[in-house]
Amino acid sequence: SYTVYCFHLEEERHVRANDRDYNEKFPYADNHIKTCKYNVFTFLPVNLFEQFQRAANAYFLVLLILQLIPEISSLSWVTTTVPLVMVLLITAVKDATDDYFRYKSDQQVNSRQSQVLRGNLQNEKWMNVRVGDIIKLENNHFVTADILLLSSSEPYGLCYIETAELDGETNLKVRQALTVTSDLGADITKLADFNGEVICEPPNNKLDKFTGTLYWRDNKYPLDNEKMLLRGCVLRNTEWCFGMVVFAGLQTKLMQNCGRTKFKRTSIDKLMNTLVLWIFGFLVCMGVILAIGNTIWEQKVGRSFSVYLLWDEPIRNNNVVFSGFLTFWSYIIILNTMVPISLYVSVEVIRLGHSYFINWDRKMYYIQKDTPAEARTTTLNEELGQVEFIFSDKTGTLTQNIMVFNKCSINGKSYGDVYDEFGHKVEITERTACVDFSFNPLSDRKFKFHDSSLLEAIKMEEPSVQDFFRLLALCHTVMPEEKNEGDLVYQAQSPDEGALVTAARNFGFVFRSRTPETVTLYEMGTAVNYQLLAILDFNNVRKRMSVIVRNPAGHIKLYCKGADTIIFDRLDPSNHVLMNTTSEHLYEFAGEGLRTLALAYKDLDENVLEEWMKRLLYASTVIENREEGLADLYEEIETGLMLLGATAVEDKLQEGVPETIACLTLANIKIWVLTGDKLETAMNIGYSCNMLRDDMNEVFIISGHSVLEVQQQLRSAKEHILGLGRVSGTVDVEKTDDFSEDSVFEETIIAEYALIINGHSLAHALEPELEQVLLETACLCKTVICCRVTPMQKAQVVELVKTNKMAVTLAIGDGANDVSMIKTAHIGVGISGQEGMQAVLASDYSFAQFRYLQRLLLVHGRWSYFRMCNFLFYFFYKNFAFTLVHFWFGFFCGFSAQIGLDTYYWTAVNHVFVWGSLAVYFAILFAMHSDGLFSIFPSHFPFIGTARNCLTQKSVWLVIMLTTVACVMPGLAVRFLKTDLYPTLTDKVRSLQQASRKLGPKEQNLRRVRRTSSRRSAYAFSHQQGYGELITSGKNMKVTPSTAAPSPSLSPSSPGRVHNSRSLIEGMSKRKGETPVACVSAEAYGTSGTSEGNTRTQQTVMDSNVVSNGAVQT
Amino acid sequence: MGKAKANAGPLARRPDNSAFKQQRLPAWSPMLTAQTVLPFFYGMAIVCVLLGAWLLVTVQNTHELKVDYTHAGSCDKCFEKRKDRANANQSCNCTVVFNIENMFKGDVFFYYGLINFHQNLRQYMDSRDDGQMIGRNKNLRNPSSYCEPFIKDKNGLPIAPCGAVANSMFNDSFTLVYHSAAGSRVVPLFRKGITWYTDKNVKFRNPQVENKTLTLAQVFEGTGQPLYWQKPVYDLDPWDRNNNGFINEDLIVWMREAAFPNFKKLYGVLNRAIEPFTDGLPAGNYSVLISYNFPVEYFQGRKEVVLSTVSWFGGQNNFLPVAYLVTGCLILLLAVILTAVWWKFGKNGRNMEE
Repeated sequence: SYTVYCFHLEEERHVRANDRDYNEKFPYADNHIKTCKYNVFTFLPVNLFEQFQRAANAYFLVLLILQLIPEISSLSWVTTTVPLVMVLLITAVKDATDDYFRYKSDQQVNSRQSQVLRGNLQNEKWMNVRVGDIIKLENNHFVTADILLLSSSEPYGLCYIETAELDGETNLKVRQALTVTSDLGADITKLADFNGEVICEPPNNKLDKFTGTLYWRDNKYPLDNEKMLLRGCVLRNTEWCFGMVVFAGLQTKLMQNCGRTKFKRTSIDKLMNTLVLWIFGFLVCMGVILAIGNTIWEQKVGRSFSVYLLWDEPIRNNNVVFSGFLTFWSYIIILNTMVPISLYVSVEVIRLGHSYFINWDRKMYYIQKDTPAEARTTTLNEELGQVEFIFSDKTGTLTQNIMVFNKCSINGKSYGDVYDEFGHKVEITERTACVDFSFNPLSDRKFKFHDSSLLEAIKMEEPSVQDFFRLLALCHTVMPEEKNEGDLVYQAQSPDEGALVTAARNFGFVFRSRTPETVTLYEMGTAVNYQLLAILDFNNVRKRMSVIVRNPAGHIKLYCKGADTIIFDRLDPSNHVLMNTTSEHLYEFAGEGLRTLALAYKDLDENVLEEWMKRLLYASTVIENREEGLADLYEEIETGLMLLGATAVEDKLQEGVPETIACLTLANIKIWVLTGDKLETAMNIGYSCNMLRDDMNEVFIISGHSVLEVQQQLRSAKEHILGLGRVSGTVDVEKTDDFSEDSVFEETIIAEYALIINGHSLAHALEPELEQVLLETACLCKTVICCRVTPMQKAQVVELVKTNKMAVTLAIGDGANDVSMIKTAHIGVGISGQEGMQAVLASDYSFAQFRYLQRLLLVHGRWSYFRMCNFLFYFFYKNFAFTLVHFWFGFFCGFSAQIGLDTYYWTAVNHVFVWGSLAVYFAILFAMHSDGLFSIFPSHFPFIGTARNCLTQKSVWLVIMLTTVACVMPGLAVRFLKTDLYPTLTDKVRSLQQASRKLGPKEQNLRRVRRTSSRRSAYAFSHQQGYGELITSGKNMKVTPSTAAPSPSLSPSSPGRVHNSRSLIEGMSKRKGETPVACVSAEAYGTSGTSEGNTRTQQTVMDSNVVSNGAVQT
Repeated sequence: MGKAKANAGPLARRPDNSAFKQQRLPAWSPMLTAQTVLPFFYGMAIVCVLLGAWLLVTVQNTHELKVDYTHAGSCDKCFEKRKDRANANQSCNCTVVFNIENMFKGDVFFYYGLINFHQNLRQYMDSRDDGQMIGRNKNLRNPSSYCEPFIKDKNGLPIAPCGAVANSMFNDSFTLVYHSAAGSRVVPLFRKGITWYTDKNVKFRNPQVENKTLTLAQVFEGTGQPLYWQKPVYDLDPWDRNNNGFINEDLIVWMREAAFPNFKKLYGVLNRAIEPFTDGLPAGNYSVLISYNFPVEYFQGRKEVVLSTVSWFGGQNNFLPVAYLVTGCLILLLAVILTAVWWKFGKNGRNMEE
C-alpha cells in the first residue's frame, strides 16, 4: 500500500536503516546530483529546440525557407544560412561547454568518497549512497547527505559541525545523538544490525527544522534538527561519527534551498525584443506598401513591358494580385536587414568583449589571494549600470569574519594606539611595526598588536594588567585543541571570544587546557592550575558571563565580563573614578566602530561562596521558576565588582566597505543587508559600515511573532515616516491607490530611517497580504537589514523587490546560503577566493572583495551600458539607412524587389566586423569585387570592377562627403544645444574637470569616513547561551585516560559541579525537547515541543525589548 | 590572458597591465562647447558653399545636348514600322537634324538614351548567365536556368548569350554627320574603349577552346542567337573581328544594367585626332543617321541621342552643386540659430553650475 501511496506525493518519509530492499520500494532520490541539462544524445535536438524558441532564430529560419523559393528570393540563400548557422553554432558551443563544466563539477561532487556500512565499512562514491545507508564521517569532511546522527567519537554522542555553507555562521554548532543510538559507538556489527525505522517529514527547504520519529526495538524516539547533520556542513573537532541517511541527493535540504537557475535577461534585451517587434511591424507595413505598388505597377506599366519578359504570362496578364503577393515576400527577405540577425550576434560579441575587460581589470584583482574578477555570465554587463537595489550578505561579504583584539583600557590607561615621537597619533597601516611576541613560544603568529607599551606593562608585572589578561584567559567557554606540542587551536563559540583568548595567549597568559573542573593557564611560561568552581553563563538578559575560580594559592575569585552598562551598574562604589575614565575610553572605542566589553573581578570569601553554592544547588533543583531563581542568585554574587578595564574587538570589515557603501548610496543605489546572523551583530555591522548612524531619525525594529503584530509594527513605522494620517484604511486600498502617490512622496522624505527586521517576522511579512506594506516601508527607509533569514527568505525578499519595484537587483554573497538569492536577483555576485565555491558557481560575476562592487557597477556597468546603447543606436541607424534604400529603389524598379546595391558583402561585414570599420569595409568590398573571386563564382559575385570603377569617380567622393556632412551636422547641433542648455551631471563634471585642469593641479583633500557611534558591548549580544553548562558538565571533554579517572558524573569534587551536571541534563533536555526517559509518547513530545516554542518566544520578546531600548537610547 | 595563466607563481592570475586590457587607450571625446562647435559650424558652412559654387561653375562649363529621335524628323515612319512586329526584319533608316550653338570643348561623349525602359526589374536582371559570359564551355551549352525562357531557341539549341537582358539588346546604330561650310563629313567616333577594363578583360570572355585556329563562328557552333537578334553573337561587329562574341563592347555596355528606368549608355567617344574635331565638336549643324531597329512603343518608351562633355567630376549634373549650396546654407542658418541660442541662454555658463 505504501508504494501506491508514495507514487503520488510524498507526505511522509519511511526509511529503514540497513534495509535497501525496503527503502527501494519508495521513489526516494539517491545521492546522485545532476545539474547539467544535456547528455551526448539529447544535446543536439534539445539545444536546437531551445535555440529556435528564441524569436530571432525562428524568424531567420522562416526567412531561410522563404529564400529557398526562387520566385520570391532575390538574395541567394547563402546570405541567411551562413549567419544563422554561425549563430546556432556559437551558441551551441557555448551551451555545450557550460554544460560540460556543470557535468564536471557534478562528477567531482558525486565521486567524493564516503564510507558506507555494507556488512563492513566500504568506500563508496557519494552518488552510490542510498537513503537508509549507515555511513561513517570523519573530521573535517563534508557531510554526504542529510543524515541522522547515530553515534560519534565524542562522549554522549556529541558532534560538532560548521554550517558556514548553509547559513553563513562560522561558529561551531553541537549536535547530539539519541542516547540509545550513541551507545552503538563504533561497533560495526551492532551498527550493521541497527534496523530502526525513521518516519519523518518529506523533503523540504527548512534548514532549522526537522521532525521525525525513530522506531527501534518497539520504542519511539522523537527526532529533531539537533540530531541531524545536513549536507553542506563540515564535521569539526569530531574524530568520527556514524549516521543514517534520511535525505539524499536532490532531496537534501541544501539542494532544496538552491533556487532554480533561470535564464537571466537584461532590460536592454527586453527593449531590443520590443524594438525588433516594432521594426518587424514596420517591415510588414513596408512590404504591404511595396506589394500594393507592385500590383498597381504591373497593372499599369509592367503589362506593356512584357515584350522583354516573355514568361509568367498568367501572372502578368491575369493575376497582378498574385504578383503583388509574391513581391510582398520578396521584400520581406530583402528588407530583413532591418531586423538583422547580426544584431544578436554583435550584441553578444560586444558583451563578451566587456566581460573580458572585467576579467582583465587590474583594479578588481585581489593580490593577496591572486584572484582576478571574473564575469561568469557574459550577457549581463550593461545591466550592471542599472542596478538600483543591492542585497548583500554580511559574513564574509561585508566583514572578513575575523575578530581582532584591537584596543583595551586597563586600569584607566588606554592601549592600542601608536604615537610618534611628537606624541601625535599615528595611523595604523600594514607597515606599522608590530609588537614582538617571540618571548612567548606559545604565541599565535597571526596575532598583531602595535602598541608596545602594553607588553612593557606586562613585563613590569603590573598586577592590574596581569589580572586583566588572566580574566581573559579564564572567563570564557573556548575549547582548546593541541594537536602537537605548542600548536594550540581554539574552538570558540563566537569569534569575539576567540579573539580575546588569543590576545591573552599572546600577552603571556596562555589558556592551555581545561577539564570540567580545572583550567590550566601558562602564565608567562609557568603552568598554573585554576579550579573552576562555577560558570555563570551568558544569556541575552544578563549580557555578561562570570567564572568563579580558585587559584593555586587558594584564593577564590569571580571574573566577570560583559556589556559595559551592565558591569558599571554592579561595580563597587570605590571604582567611581576609574569607571569614568574607562567610560571615556569606551566612548572612544565605540566611536571607531569597535565592539567593547567591560571586565571586572571580585574576591570571594570561602564561606560566602560555600553558602551561595548551597543556595545555587537548591535553586537548580526547583522545578518552578528555576531560571529566574538562578538569575537572581547570579545577580546576587555579581555585585560589588572591581573594574579591571575594557576590551575593544574589531569585527574586521573588508577593506573599503564603508567607503564603497557611501559611494553606492550616493549613486542612489539602495543597499539591503540580508544575513543569517543575529540581529545584534547585524546591527553592529550596520553601524560600522555607516549604514546605521546615530543621527538617523529612527531605527525601526520589526520583531513581531504573529502576522498581526508584524503588520502593526510595519504600519506604525510607515505612519511614523509619512506622518500620521497618511496611512489609513485597509491594506487593500493602499495597494492600489496610495502606492503611486507614495512613491512620489518617497522622494521628498529627507529624514533618514532604518528598518531592521527579524527572520520570523520576515516570514510573516512576506505573506501576500503584508508584503506590499513591507516593501513600501522598506523602500522609505535608507537602510534595511534583515537578520536571521533563511536562504529561501533571502530569495523571497529579492523576488519581492524584483517583481514589485521594476528595478534591477543585485545580490552579493559568499556562502552556500546566498546561492538562492544570487540566482534570484537580476545579477548575482559571488565573493571568490574563499573556501566555499557554491556562491561563486551560482553567480554571474565573482571577485574577491566587496569594494570591487563599486568599480563593477559604476565603471564597468556604466561603460557597458553606454557602449551598448551607442552601438544599438548606430546599428539601427545603419540598418535603416541601408535598408530604406531598397524601399526607395522599389519605386524605380517597378517594385520588383530588385536590390539596388549589392548586399552580399555587407552581410559578411555585419557578422564578422561589428564595428564596421571603414578599412574592413573596403577590404571586403575590394575582395568581393576582385577578379579571382569572380572567376570562381561568376554568378554569385557579379560585381566585378564596380568598386574600382566607381571609387575613381570624383563625384562619388563628393556625394559621400556631402552625405557625411548632412548626417553629422544635425546630430551635432542637437547635442551641442543639449549640453549647452541642459547639461547632464556628467557634462558638468567634465566642464569642472576641464576648468580645474586649466587651473593646474590642486591638492586633493580626501575626506575620511568618520564613524560616530555610541553603541557598545556588541560582544554580549553575539554570544549564545549554553556552552557554560556543556563545559562544566564535561560532556564535551574527550575521554582520554588522564581525564577519564575523575569522570564528570561520578566524582563530585565540588558541590557546584554536581548540581551543574545534573541541571545540565535537565536543562538540555528542556531546551532540546528530549526527555531523559527514552520512550516518549507522542503527546509528551508534543507538549515538550510547545514548551520549547514558549521559551524561544520569551527569549525573542526579550530580544526585541532590549533592542528597542537600545534604539531609544540612541 | 592565456600566456599569463601559463606562468606559475603567486601572481600567476594577475591580469596584464596593458593599456588595452586596462581600458586606458587614448580616447578623444570632445566637450561640445560653444568655442569649438560654433566655429566648426561656420567653417563647414563656408566649405560647403564654396565647394558648391565651384562645382556650379564647373557644371556651367560642361555641355550636354539631348535629341529625342523616337519619332522626330524622318524617324516617324520608322516608329510606325516598328509598331508591327512582323516588320522586325526590315531595316529602317532615318535622320535627325540638330544644331550646336556653342562649341563642345574637350572630349565629347556620344550616348544613346532610353526613357521608361526598366532594366532594373528583378526578373529581368536575374535573367542572364555570367558563367556563360565568362566563357565557360559548360555554361555555353547548358545555360543557367535563370535564363528561362530565353534559354533555347526554336531549334532547341542553347542560346548564347542567353537571358532576357541580352535578348533585349539595344540595336539601333548611329552615324553623326557634321555639316559645315566646307561640306558634310562624318564625325569620327571611337567605338571601342567604351567599357570598363574589368568588364572587357575579366567579366566577359569568349569561350576558350583547345584549338586556337578555330574561328569564332566555329567556337559558337551549336548555339543559337537570341530570339530578337538579327545577327549571331560572333558577328556583331562586321568591321572588327576582335570585337565579336561576348567581348563585343556594345553588348558589354548593354549587359551592365542601368539602375533606373531612364538611362543613357555610352555609344562612342569623339576621335579628336582628325580635323576639325581636335578641340571638340565645333558649333554648327549636325545630323544623325539612325538605323532604327529598337521598338519602344510597347512600353511608351522614348529613345534619344545624348552628346556631352565631362568635367573633372563627371558629366553635366546640377544635383551635386545645388546640394552642396543648399547644405551649406542650411548649416549657416543652423550656425546662426545656435549662436543666437547660445548668446541668449548659455553664454555665461550658468547651466554648467551645480
